[in-house]
Amino acid sequence: MSSPYAPGIVPGRLPPETLAENFLDLHPPLDPHEAHVAADRCYFCHDAPCVTACPTGIDIPLFIRQIATGTPEAAARTIFESNILGGMCARVCPTEELCEEVCVREVAEGRPVEIGRLQRHATDTMMARQGHPFERAPATGKRIAVVGAGPAGLSCAHRLAMKGHDVTLYEAKPKPGGLNEYGIAAYKSTEDFAAREAEWIMGIGGIELVTGRALGQGLDLEALRHEYDAVFLGVGLGGVNALTAEGGDKGGVVDAVRFIEELRQAPDRGTLPVGRNVVVIGGGMTAVDAAIQSRLLGADNVTIAYRRSRERMAASRYEQDLAASKGVRLMFNVQPKAVHGNGAAQEIELEITEERDGALTGTGETIRLPADHVMRAIGQTLVTDAGLELAGGKISVDRSLRTSLSKVWAGGDCASGGDDLTVTAVAQGRDAAEDIHRMLMG
Amino acid sequence: MADLTTDFLGIRSPNPFWLASAPPTDKEYNVRRAFEAGWGGVVWKTLGAEGPPVVNVNGPRYGVIHGADRRVLGINNIELITDRPLEVNLEEMARVKADYPDRALIASIMVPCEEEAWKAILPRVAETNADGIELNFGCPHGMAERGMGSAVGQVPEYIEMVTRWCKQYYDRPVIVKLTPNITDIRGPARAARNGGADAVSLINTINSITSVDLDAMAPQPTIDGKGTHGGYCGPAVKPIAMNMVAEIARDAQTRGLPISGIGGITTWRDAAEFMALGCGNVQVCTAAMTYGFRVVQEMISGLSQWMDEKGYRSTSDFVGMAVPNVTDWQYLNLNYVTKARIDQDKCISCGRCYAACEDTSHQAIAMSPERVFTVKDDECVACNLCVDVCPVEDCITMEELAAGTVDPRTGRIVPAEYGNWTTHPNNPAAVAAE
Repeated sequence: MSSPYAPGIVPGRLPPETLAENFLDLHPPLDPHEAHVAADRCYFCHDAPCVTACPTGIDIPLFIRQIATGTPEAAARTIFESNILGGMCARVCPTEELCEEVCVREVAEGRPVEIGRLQRHATDTMMARQGHPFERAPATGKRIAVVGAGPAGLSCAHRLAMKGHDVTLYEAKPKPGGLNEYGIAAYKSTEDFAAREAEWIMGIGGIELVTGRALGQGLDLEALRHEYDAVFLGVGLGGVNALTAEGGDKGGVVDAVRFIEELRQAPDRGTLPVGRNVVVIGGGMTAVDAAIQSRLLGADNVTIAYRRSRERMAASRYEQDLAASKGVRLMFNVQPKAVHGNGAAQEIELEITEERDGALTGTGETIRLPADHVMRAIGQTLVTDAGLELAGGKISVDRSLRTSLSKVWAGGDCASGGDDLTVTAVAQGRDAAEDIHRMLMG
Repeated sequence: MADLTTDFLGIRSPNPFWLASAPPTDKEYNVRRAFEAGWGGVVWKTLGAEGPPVVNVNGPRYGVIHGADRRVLGINNIELITDRPLEVNLEEMARVKADYPDRALIASIMVPCEEEAWKAILPRVAETNADGIELNFGCPHGMAERGMGSAVGQVPEYIEMVTRWCKQYYDRPVIVKLTPNITDIRGPARAARNGGADAVSLINTINSITSVDLDAMAPQPTIDGKGTHGGYCGPAVKPIAMNMVAEIARDAQTRGLPISGIGGITTWRDAAEFMALGCGNVQVCTAAMTYGFRVVQEMISGLSQWMDEKGYRSTSDFVGMAVPNVTDWQYLNLNYVTKARIDQDKCISCGRCYAACEDTSHQAIAMSPERVFTVKDDECVACNLCVDVCPVEDCITMEELAAGTVDPRTGRIVPAEYGNWTTHPNNPAAVAAE
């Protein structure tokens, strides 16, 4: 047993019971009475702004009214018809920037209807009480390859299976779920929810999961195009941008996504090593998730260093405040200049920046922070283009999610035009499936 | 601070808030607690005739309608009159009245419709030194099956007869409590007046089934698989009660007959509304059953503050003030034209006004792509539905069109003078304006 003050990157900084408490559900589920009270606040708006704001277009006023009238299962069906990953989206969606941001009660009172928590109440209720709610249409005889079992792939595979097609779902990792399983904070997906949800989705039937296969790792896009009637790519962004600062290769400099992945898969969080002084470079959700979880593992000092201003940060204000509430220090307008240390990182040198007309420049003035554990969270990249046209470093898709190659669709983080949200990936997977279905069935 | 002291039929109480004859007033213990909490008066739970007391069910006796967050909107009950011996109640009443001489104590009575029965109980009630009696002609459940309660209240001749007996054998004020389970409340009220009643009190509870247990397929409250209709009370019945009060207050034959208002009074404002419609005081039950006796403190402070703000020195200053403004539909001014106005600064763009108007009214609200909602004056009939469904208070209001302007809906000039249906050209029975 070490302590938060032990130097270096070590495991067991906190006793097991503290660790268990730290990684509990961020928002405990609403009990039925709480849900009833929360649901009653919904005004059942006409042409509701929340629905417009939801990338999957869930009929939010309807499902909330169904909760209010004591039929959470019917509410869940309303949600799942638009978003089969409604359970996970209820946990990870930045609702404060989507449905709840435009809720008329947010506008009027600064306190929106708790749409996310209500959605979780409905979806949890159905998933706990009954099996899969949808049935497959008669078999079409069509076979489709879905590459990547993340939110986009699962959503696409489910919708295709529901339409009566047979789906082979390829996944590079040992388990399906993608970032839900490997990439988001543990306190957002407790009790193995990502795995349970993936299994529940595949419960519709007609989806064969094949793991350990990826484009370039046993899969070839040309071969898939020949073997299947259609191909959907939901491969995500598997690469990580490198840290160009001097000393960026020193010991203790790691990828935040790997740190989170290890944390998510660890059977015992007491064995996970974390630094005493952690500095996370970046400003997105990965940065926030890595920083908060470092604190929860017992790191003494955790800092998020973001090169631009607070307003430019991709993580929402809510997430920023959550990090602050967990004791994470947020630094803005600083960029990494060098990592110092004799082999292993000991300090990070940050240069203060300024933004003029959108252009970022270093001022030359620097600050040094103790840093034995430096996490890169400065964006992910596509691993392979598989010969497809790209746009902005991602697979170029049109409005129907079609790529430059016939019979190939793409969606989720790997596709151009999205905003790297789970819920957007779900919407794209679903919409691609609908387009594939239309094309195959004429 | 305004003086809330009320003189009702010569019965003085420190405030107009009495507890109605009901479960909360069944025992000395409860009534003492009520007086300590500040209630101005109590109508004791209804007494029955000498002899073995009635028995109540031993299963649930209340049903409920809940609003948001299980807020009680209405309760129904199948409890009968007091199930304690007459002697015990009378002794307790005497003790309580002696200890609280400044509070009103009224005995509610329900005995069979026979002169002897009333003649027997009235002297005994008088001995308690109670300030008056209230005749329970209202309970719609249980006792009505035995020819009492609402079974009497539904027959004006019985009301008049029994009231007459009471005036004959009892020398203090007689209040007749009316049942709302009739077609026209004026009949029973007139009968009470004809019998010599000093006042009426209303409403008693409304016959009701509050809910059905869809598993047991039985009405609630359910007693061993069966249920029966009970008496409905609480905030939900207030509009029905106020209409009946107003009908009596403005009826030519009952005008001026003192009224004790009952029916869903929960706050000081409810009480003020009843009193504006002609009630000299009010009686409360469900609010106390929901929140306990100390709710009276809010009623006292609220009424007092409002009276101060309005410059009323005593409750008699405003009792009945709204009665002259209660009229028949045929006398409403058809030349009064209003249009809905939406305050864009207050609007939160929920669109409920639009949905209500577009789907269920007159298609008089326009919605822009930016979710700005505006009223189409050429379609608006001023129905007020948008005002009612708007979740923001005072966001939508009704604005009067000035006389001389053109109503864009009808194309007609708004007349300056009053004009009602009785003289309207479309009325086949119109009386030509002279």
